[in-house]
Amino acid sequence: MTVADYFDEMSYGPAPEADIEARTWLARHASGFGHFINGTFVPSASGRSFDTFEPATGNLLARLASGDKADVDNAVGAARKAQTLWAKLPGHARARHLYALARTIQRHARLIAVVEAIDNGKPIRETRDIDVPLAARHFYHHAGWAQIQETEFADHLPVGVVGQIIPWNFPFLMLAWKVAPALALGNTVVLKPAEFTSLTALLFAELAATAGLPAGVLNIVTGEGETGAHIVEHGDVDKIAFTGSTEVGRIIRERTAGSGKSLTLELGGKSPFIVFDDADIDGAVEGVVDAIWFNQGQVCCAGSRLLVQEGIADLFHKRLKRRMQTLRVGQPLDKCIDMGAIVAPVQLDRIEALVKQGVADGAALHQAKIEMPKGGSFYPPTLLSGVQPTSIVATEEIFGPVAVSMTFRTPEEAIQLANHSRYGLAASVWSETIGLALNVAAKLVAGVVWVNATNLFDASAGFGGKRESGFGREGGREGCYEYLKPKAWLGRKLRALPNLPELKAVSGDFALSTIDRTAKLFIGGKQARPDGNYSRAIVSPKGRKIGEVGEGNRKDIRNAVAAAQSATAWSSATAHNRAQILYYIAENLSGRADEFADRIGTMSGTSAAAAKAEVDASISRLFTYGAWADKFEGVVHTPPLRGVALAMPEPLGVVGVICPPEAPLLGFISLVAPLIATGNRVVAVPSEPYPLAATDLYSILETSDVPAGVVNIVTGSAGELAKTLAAHNDVDALWAFGTTELSTMVEMLSAGNLKRTFVDYGALTDWMDRAAGEGALFLRRAVDVKNIWIPYGE
Amino acid sequence: MEKFGVSAVAIPDDTHLLPADAGAMRRQTLSNGWPRNPGMELDLSWVLDTRINLSSAERRVASLPGRRTVKKDAQAAWLLKAVTCIDLTTLNGDDTPERVKRLCAKAMNPVRLDILEALGMNRRAITTGAICVYHRYVTTAVEALGDSGIPVAAVSTGFPAGLSPHHLKVKEIEASVADGAKEIDIVITREHVLTGDWLALYREMQDYRAASGEAHVKAILATGDLKTLRNVARASLVCMMAGADFIKTSTGKEGVNATLGVTLAMLRMIRAYEERTGFKVGYKPAGGISAAKDILNYQFLMKDELGREWLEPDLFRIGASSLLADIERQLEHHVTGAYSALNRHPIG
Repeated sequence: MTVADYFDEMSYGPAPEADIEARTWLARHASGFGHFINGTFVPSASGRSFDTFEPATGNLLARLASGDKADVDNAVGAARKAQTLWAKLPGHARARHLYALARTIQRHARLIAVVEAIDNGKPIRETRDIDVPLAARHFYHHAGWAQIQETEFADHLPVGVVGQIIPWNFPFLMLAWKVAPALALGNTVVLKPAEFTSLTALLFAELAATAGLPAGVLNIVTGEGETGAHIVEHGDVDKIAFTGSTEVGRIIRERTAGSGKSLTLELGGKSPFIVFDDADIDGAVEGVVDAIWFNQGQVCCAGSRLLVQEGIADLFHKRLKRRMQTLRVGQPLDKCIDMGAIVAPVQLDRIEALVKQGVADGAALHQAKIEMPKGGSFYPPTLLSGVQPTSIVATEEIFGPVAVSMTFRTPEEAIQLANHSRYGLAASVWSETIGLALNVAAKLVAGVVWVNATNLFDASAGFGGKRESGFGREGGREGCYEYLKPKAWLGRKLRALPNLPELKAVSGDFALSTIDRTAKLFIGGKQARPDGNYSRAIVSPKGRKIGEVGEGNRKDIRNAVAAAQSATAWSSATAHNRAQILYYIAENLSGRADEFADRIGTMSGTSAAAAKAEVDASISRLFTYGAWADKFEGVVHTPPLRGVALAMPEPLGVVGVICPPEAPLLGFISLVAPLIATGNRVVAVPSEPYPLAATDLYSILETSDVPAGVVNIVTGSAGELAKTLAAHNDVDALWAFGTTELSTMVEMLSAGNLKRTFVDYGALTDWMDRAAGEGALFLRRAVDVKNIWIPYGE
Repeated sequence: MEKFGVSAVAIPDDTHLLPADAGAMRRQTLSNGWPRNPGMELDLSWVLDTRINLSSAERRVASLPGRRTVKKDAQAAWLLKAVTCIDLTTLNGDDTPERVKRLCAKAMNPVRLDILEALGMNRRAITTGAICVYHRYVTTAVEALGDSGIPVAAVSTGFPAGLSPHHLKVKEIEASVADGAKEIDIVITREHVLTGDWLALYREMQDYRAASGEAHVKAILATGDLKTLRNVARASLVCMMAGADFIKTSTGKEGVNATLGVTLAMLRMIRAYEERTGFKVGYKPAGGISAAKDILNYQFLMKDELGREWLEPDLFRIGASSLLADIERQLEHHVTGAYSALNRHPIG
């Protein structure tokens, strides 16, 4: 092409980013990379390695060490050894290290960006303008948290040694999201990059070592899924942080069940992108480009499900197709492209197969008729329209540059379609009417909502999902807590289970007997006979029967969950209203304090003083959560844009509660009150040996204006009922206090819908201790933080 | 590609380019024969339905330089194309006939011949798109440009504030057309936009179009005064409905002149207008574009938002005075590999 040819055609010529530095770095490691353990690169103990390839060409790129158990053991050992010293450093000292890492990333930004583009296949524009700057920002932001940790998180300690497993779609950025908060808050790390894209992690390790990061603080073990499994199952790892597929997330949940490992999962999504008829349509079309043709659509929060209001659907699709025609797909290092290569042939095959299936299901296929690069793994920008919700492409994550589109009629229908998914990661709402946009944003089940924007990220705003998109948040204050543990729970001992007394048969006498009382179950605001129509005797320590409670079964749990699910008004009730009701329960409980104290004493044999103290503490605790109901507020994040990100605590939804065996009243109140204060609806199983304090509450709940279905109580076997709750796919979270076996079972079965769990691994909480038994520790677990990004301007 | 006049004009290889030849060619290249926008009835609901989200527009233009670039020969070609779209402009209180003549000379020979030869472009008639002056200098410019084929554009209608009596503004257009102006750059009454009096704007623009006759009308919106993209978008639509051939950002005298954000808003309206009516309207950013790398971003936006057709001078003009000098430097650098200096290129 001559100047004259270009003058006539006005086409874009090639604009390659130089890759000499990156290739030189790769050449220096031509003999293969090792793991980075205890500050040095070491080969695999087994000597095994595997190859990694360049997506745009299919050429061999590097040889990587294949980590097995011995390598993971060494890495965890190094991390453990370093953790004590690292955590002991003053926050300011750790802040200096993180600051140095941020500056190091900036100094070597171009090399990292080029290596990333080569290794992953994504465009240099994205690595250079998005991934690497955001990663540096993450280290800066968290250097700040290290600096102020002693004052801001005074009642917390680092979790310890953290195992981190990151995906291939944002290799370097995900490293930063994981490593920065972990290190900032005093943890040490064993990180496994994805097998397709390990290079920038290894480059970062090199840079971190030269930046003076102490040995053992950051360890990187390369390898495939097996290597990750060794980290997940390692006995000396305190926490696992995983980003990847929902399928693998579920396996990790099961494999860590009962281990006591803290867990955060950032998983898949099928995020809705909702366009109302009053949107800036061209702006929204451009939004789709950023939503699904960013990083070749290999983005967990990609706006892959377009929901377009029917009246503008034709115009919107026409303009979208026109826009698709101007997208450019090319070599990752070309500075004049919008999309690069798919990470690996296996992913390309998956995308092709899913699109084929979508077309077979009746979707209309539109692909941009644009020049595609030869060789390598490339896929054109694709739109499947007229997709029915029954089609696999409407429900499954494609993880490629494929948008599926359907229409809606009303805001209600948009919300319904948007939320009708097993996922709940992100959402994008397009409307120029503030009332509409914010109303929809509030009602979407998603961890992140962007208003008139998409795929905005910042270290100051938490990122993470709801439902099967995982749990935990990364970024912001909310993300810091994922790498901390409360001091108040240190040194909790395993609880000794009460010896249940045997029922001694005692004949009655001719004195006037007390009137027989039947404690049924409490479901949907009514006292309901247990489905199985069996009862269990409650026996005093002296062996005397003091009452009977219903033997709840699966169907009772089913009914209770249904009642709780329909009590949605509670979650949208005003915080003032919820506070009033908590105070009212306390008021009514105080009126019957003596009766409850007697009951506690009779059931558990505690002294009258201890029983009275438990009732008093319960009343106080109800006041505590009445107080918090309108004070457990969100924050306004200030990411670097003209706008705000509202971090709003939202109720989890329907939460199962297995109350601890001890403290029959206070244990119940301590778990149920924070949940309902924050707008959750509860299905509670009271203390198995001492359930009568809870059944006595029925009439108090009835007289305290607690709406039907907000608190449901099912008595019976804690283990059996927990099993049903844990496996129930319409239960959003489960809090279970009791035996270690109970914790393990709950965590294991919760993997089905990845419900949030809060368990004690058999450790006994001192419920009378306000530091350990009430407040923010419980409230934070009762909510998910939703970040609503609202850029503004006219 | 035959749609685009430049390549369609065959010039014998051995012919040394004469001004007369250039003139003959210019007349062909200035128009690709797109039918002129006749305007349409004022569609108020369309105007009021128009929304532009600022943050979204900003993100689009912010990411553009990372998504599009041209290097080496392609860059030289794009910059040369930009030269052919420049309305070389002098609009100052101290303008004189001699000053205008000097500008006209530059318009006819915007790039040193040796540089064009090195680029293999010496047989293409590279001139600027037009000369843009006040009414007083239309005759001077028309004479100076002779039969070069370069049109003279006159700023009109009480430029730059546009607040003269309406009948005088119409007369001013007629006077410039009578003096030989082929293009009229009118300024709208910003009050009509700021008060939402779309009908008044529509009628004003209709009058200007009628007064211009065969001369093409560029409607200057003075986007720096309109402030919001919503205002810019709505004013763009109304002016096109009233028959504007071009919509133009600025007089160069407002606090803020052409920006990529405003450009995006206006291009989207041009696209929507074509989508609805089938007529192509041209675009002219003016003021503040002085660097070669800046104009490339405008060109990328034209190509990606509107299409290849909008890179030619019949649909794209650039109101600029110092941009040409920077392009000349870049072109010389491309040819020699050494960075250039302003004094190596004839002054305009």
